Amino acid sequence: MPDKPDRNAIEVVNVRKIFGSGEGQVAALDTVSVSIRENEFFTLLGPSGCGKTTLLRLIAGFDFPTAGEILLYGQDIAPLPPFKRPVNTVFQSYALFPHMTVADNIGFGLEMLGKPKAEIKARVAEMLKLVKMEALAGRRTGQISGGQQQRVALARALAPQPKVLLLDEPLSALDFKLRKDMQIELKRLQHETGITFIFVTHDQEEALTMSDRIAVMSAGKILQVGSPWDIYDKPAERFVADFIGETNFLTAAVSNIGNGKARATLKSGATIEATVAEGFQPKDNATVVVRPEHAKLTKDKGELSGTVDNIVYFGTDTHIYVRLDSGEVFTVRQQNTRSAGCGFERGDKVGIVVGNDAAQVVRD
Amino acid sequence: MAKRPFDIQAQPGFGFMALLTFFALYLPIAALVTYSFNTADSLSRWDGVSLRWFISAWHNSAVQDASVRSLVLAVSAAALSTIAATMAALATTRTRPYPGLTFKYAFINQPLMVPEIVTGVALLIVFSRIKVWTGYSGLGYLIAAHTAFCIPFAYLPIRARLDSMDLTLERAAADLYATPWKAFRFVTLPLLRPAIIAGFMLAFVISLDDVVITEFVKSGGQDTLPTYMLGQLRRETSPEINAIATVFLALSVVLVTVFYFVNRRKP
Repeated sequence: MPDKPDRNAIEVVNVRKIFGSGEGQVAALDTVSVSIRENEFFTLLGPSGCGKTTLLRLIAGFDFPTAGEILLYGQDIAPLPPFKRPVNTVFQSYALFPHMTVADNIGFGLEMLGKPKAEIKARVAEMLKLVKMEALAGRRTGQISGGQQQRVALARALAPQPKVLLLDEPLSALDFKLRKDMQIELKRLQHETGITFIFVTHDQEEALTMSDRIAVMSAGKILQVGSPWDIYDKPAERFVADFIGETNFLTAAVSNIGNGKARATLKSGATIEATVAEGFQPKDNATVVVRPEHAKLTKDKGELSGTVDNIVYFGTDTHIYVRLDSGEVFTVRQQNTRSAGCGFERGDKVGIVVGNDAAQVVRD
Repeated sequence: MAKRPFDIQAQPGFGFMALLTFFALYLPIAALVTYSFNTADSLSRWDGVSLRWFISAWHNSAVQDASVRSLVLAVSAAALSTIAATMAALATTRTRPYPGLTFKYAFINQPLMVPEIVTGVALLIVFSRIKVWTGYSGLGYLIAAHTAFCIPFAYLPIRARLDSMDLTLERAAADLYATPWKAFRFVTLPLLRPAIIAGFMLAFVISLDDVVITEFVKSGGQDTLPTYMLGQLRRETSPEINAIATVFLALSVVLVTVFYFVNRRKP
C-alpha cells in the first residue's frame, strides 16, 4: 500500500497521564508515543478504559499530560487551553448548542475567531451543503434527528478548518443502518476536506473499514500501529490478534527465525512456515495465530487433526468448530455456495490444512 | 381516565379530606380578600362592598413610603443574591468533586438552617456596633441582611439547572475557540437564563415577605410593608391592613404564575 507523503500532523512523544494520587493513582496513559501523518484517517482502537479517549482529550486540550509532549506540526500544544488549539472535536454526545439554530451552531467557531460576518455566512452555507443539511439550517438542534445532529456536529467542527479533526466515538449512538451510511460519509468528508482525522472507537470492524492506519491500545499503552491489513493479518501481540476479528491460537516451538520468517513446530508434530512479529523473543511455547478463513478443512490429512464439534451457518459462510487431538479448539471459516452444504458433519474426523502464508508468530 | 381500584382517589373519605384541606387553606384567605372590600370601620362588621380601604391605603403616605422601601429592598437584595448565587452555583458544579464540597453546599444554604430569629438577633448586635463606628444608618444594612438570606433561594434553581446541563456543551464551546468568558456569555448564560430568572423571583418574594430579620435590623423609620402592617396591628386594627394584604397576595400570585411559566419554557 503506497504511503501518503510523510509529514506528521501530530506527534505524541512519551506522553504519560496519571489520574489520582498516592495509592489510588492510575496511569491512564503509560508513556505513549505515536505519529499521525498529515491527511490520514487515523484510528485509536481499543476496549473501554484502554486510554484512547484520554489521549484524544489530551490532543483536544480538555486535559493536560502529566509528562511528555504533543506536537502539532512541530509545535508543542500540550500546555495550551482548548480554545488556542487549531483542533476541533466531534463529541460522542454531539454537544450541539440547544439554544441555537443549526446554522448558528455551525458558525459558532468562526464567530469566536472573530471572522467577518460575510465570510461566516459563506462558510456556513458551504458546510451545510457539504453535509447536505441546507434545508434544515434554521431549525433548532432539538428538532432534528440523531443522524442529522451528527452531521451538524461534523459541520460545526469542520467549519473553522481545523488542522486536525478529533472524533470521539461519534457513531456509537446511531443505529446499525445509519452507522454504515455515516462511515461512508465520514470517509467522503475526510477525502473532500483533506483534513487529518483522528477517530476513536472500540468497534474493530469500524476501524478496519475506515482507517488508513490504526493504533491498537490496551491498558494505557499502544500495542501496534499499522494499516488495517497489518493489524489484521500481521498482529504483533496476542491481545491485538484476539481483539480484532476471530482468531485461532496455537502453541508452537519456533525455530529458524530470520527475515521475518520462522518455522513453527505445532503440538501435533507438524511444521509450518510462519511470519514473525517484530520484537518477538524466541521461546519454547510461542503463540501462533491462524485466522479461521486462512485454514482449510479436509477429510484427508492436514497439519492438524481433530473432530468436528459444532457447525454454525452464518449466511455468507459457515463456521466449523473442531476439537483438535491436542485438546484445543480450532475454528475454520468456509465460504458457502448455493447448492451444496459445507460437506462436513458433527463428529467427523477431519484434518486442517494451514496454508503456507497463514500463520503468524506473535508476542504474548 | 378510568379509576383503578388502588387509585388513592377511589379510597373512601378522599373527597371529604380534600375538601377539608382546601377550605382550611383557602377559607382564611378568602375571608381576608372579602373583608378588604368592606365599607365598615371595624374588622368584624360587614357594611357593604367598596374600594374605600384600598383608596385609603393608596393615599396613606406611610404605606407609600413602606411600599417603595420594600420594593427597592427586594429588587436590590434579589439582584445581589442572584449574582452571588449564580457564581456560587458555577463554582460548586463546574469542578471535580473534592473533599469539603458538601460542606460548601451546607455553608451556602446556612440561612435555611439557622432560625431567622437567631440571625435577626445576631445581625442586630453586629449592625448596631457598625452603626456606632460608621455613623451610617441607611438601607444598606437591610439590603445586606436580605441578600444574605436570599442567596440559598436563588442558588437552588440555578444549581439544579447546572446539574442537569451537559458539561460537554462548555467543552464544545472551548473547543470552538471560545475563551472561558465567551463560553459563559454565549453558551452557559443563555441556557441558564430561565433558572436565573426563577432564582431572582424567588429571592424577590422571600425578601418582600420578610418580617423577623427586618424587624431586628431596621433603623427607626425604616418600615417595610410587612413591618408596617405588623406595627399597625399593634395599635388599632384598621381594615386598611386587609386591603394591603390583598394587594400583596395579588402581587405574589402574579409572580408565582410568571415563575411557573418561565420555568416551564424549554430552553
